[in-house]
Amino acid sequence: MPALPLDEAGKYVAGAYTVFLALIVIYVAIIGAKIARIERQVSELLELTDEDAAERPGGERASVG
Amino acid sequence: MFSKGLRPLAVAAVVTTLAAFALVFFYAPLDADQGFVQKIFYVHVPMAIVALGGFVAAGIMAIKHLRTGDSSWDLRSYVAIHLSIILGTGVLITGAIWAKASWGHWWVWDEPVLVSFLIVFLLYCVYYPLRFSIEDPERQARYSSVFAIAAGAFVPINFTAVRLAEAVTHPRVLSQTGGSLPGEMRLTFLVCILAMTLLFVTLWKLELTAKRTSAQLKRLRSRLELRAQAAG
Amino acid sequence: MIRTAAAVLRKDLLIEWRTKEAVPAMALFTVTVYVLFHFGLDRDSLDGELASGVLWVTLLLAAVIGVTRLFAAEREQGGLDAFLLAPVDRTAMFVAKAAALFVYLVALEIVAVPAFAVLLLGPDLFDGLPELVLILLLADVGLAAVGALVSALAAESRARELIVPLLLLPLVVPLLIGAASATEPLFRAGGEPEDLGRYLALLGGYDLVFLLIALAVFDFLLDD
Repeated sequence: MPALPLDEAGKYVAGAYTVFLALIVIYVAIIGAKIARIERQVSELLELTDEDAAERPGGERASVG
Repeated sequence: MFSKGLRPLAVAAVVTTLAAFALVFFYAPLDADQGFVQKIFYVHVPMAIVALGGFVAAGIMAIKHLRTGDSSWDLRSYVAIHLSIILGTGVLITGAIWAKASWGHWWVWDEPVLVSFLIVFLLYCVYYPLRFSIEDPERQARYSSVFAIAAGAFVPINFTAVRLAEAVTHPRVLSQTGGSLPGEMRLTFLVCILAMTLLFVTLWKLELTAKRTSAQLKRLRSRLELRAQAAG
Repeated sequence: MIRTAAAVLRKDLLIEWRTKEAVPAMALFTVTVYVLFHFGLDRDSLDGELASGVLWVTLLLAAVIGVTRLFAAEREQGGLDAFLLAPVDRTAMFVAKAAALFVYLVALEIVAVPAFAVLLLGPDLFDGLPELVLILLLADVGLAAVGALVSALAAESRARELIVPLLLLPLVVPLLIGAASATEPLFRAGGEPEDLGRYLALLGGYDLVFLLIALAVFDFLLDD
């Protein structure tokens, strides 16, 4: 089959590279959602243990580093 | 523990990918036969090579798992297969796009790499139903590793067999995968493979870290609940 | 190990001989599929690659039945527990099961191949018979090894009947390629083999690799 003209070929090439990028982006988004869920659970647990921390003298200090 | 080295790896992956794109579109010459469509080759073939490599690597990790009994090897193997299957769908889709652009059909049986890839893909898709239909977690991991080993060994055999069959029925006039590539194309191709490999390893580490952290969180939560029960 | 394997094999073959469950079902299935092909393809006789393809695909699909049933007796009557309590390694179980499957396949082919020759094959079967027998035997070894492995893999799964065909069929594609390509010239008038060595080498290589893999990993399966 003779080579396609550039404008038609361009669509196919763009399609292929888009598929590749889309896969990566979707994957990273899913992992990102998973990490967000983990962060939420961590802050929940932190709240849960806030009651314990409040009863203890001295309290906690949030660290910057 | 898994996230060690993740940032430099990710940076390297992104940089290499950008470099690869630049090479593909500004450096590699236009193919005489296929024209601009040939550019798909630079994303389709590296994806296939890395996906197959991922499957074989998963088999090796599975061997380590069975030998040491350390379940982190099973996790590594699982994520590798998972990623390779995702890349695999990309291979099949970009392969179909390439086939349509080059030969006018959405699928061709002439390309042994594509055909043998389809078979491997179908096989590895069974990994999930097999894995998740076994309830006991230790047994689940063990059987999955046996599968990963057998399937990993299957990849090269399958490729040889398909190539053997196609050589007789469809003599390959255009050798697109490796073989005799002019210098600039070969360099571009190699950089693309490198970029794809770095991307794969980065995403693999990323998912491993997420899974590990999630598991640790579960353990932390149950420990806290136990402590709360004991206190209250 | 050989003695254990022989004992398990003898038990399996005795059970099959008495109950006649697997092999007749496989044979019946095969002949039925031939009839389906007659109507589906709308052909009275086949030759060359079409004949070879129909024969081999049907044999593989029938093999799925045998593979699914391979550990059925152990599962249903708990024979597996007794075996595992004894101090022998699981490799003996693999050898026995693979050998049993090999016997079932040969028994199946003794019925299925002549049936094929009568119902669907155009050219005379006897032209390429010695080569065909060799191809069948080599393919059966590979099928037996892979089948026993897949059967054990699927044994602990809830979705056993689904997993077996899904696992087995892709894995035997190289075997199908080798066997069908080798058989194809035998099913042409005159029946002269072509490229036989190349395909027999593929079959032999496949058999060897999967036998070795199965022997290596079987210890990790089938426990409780």
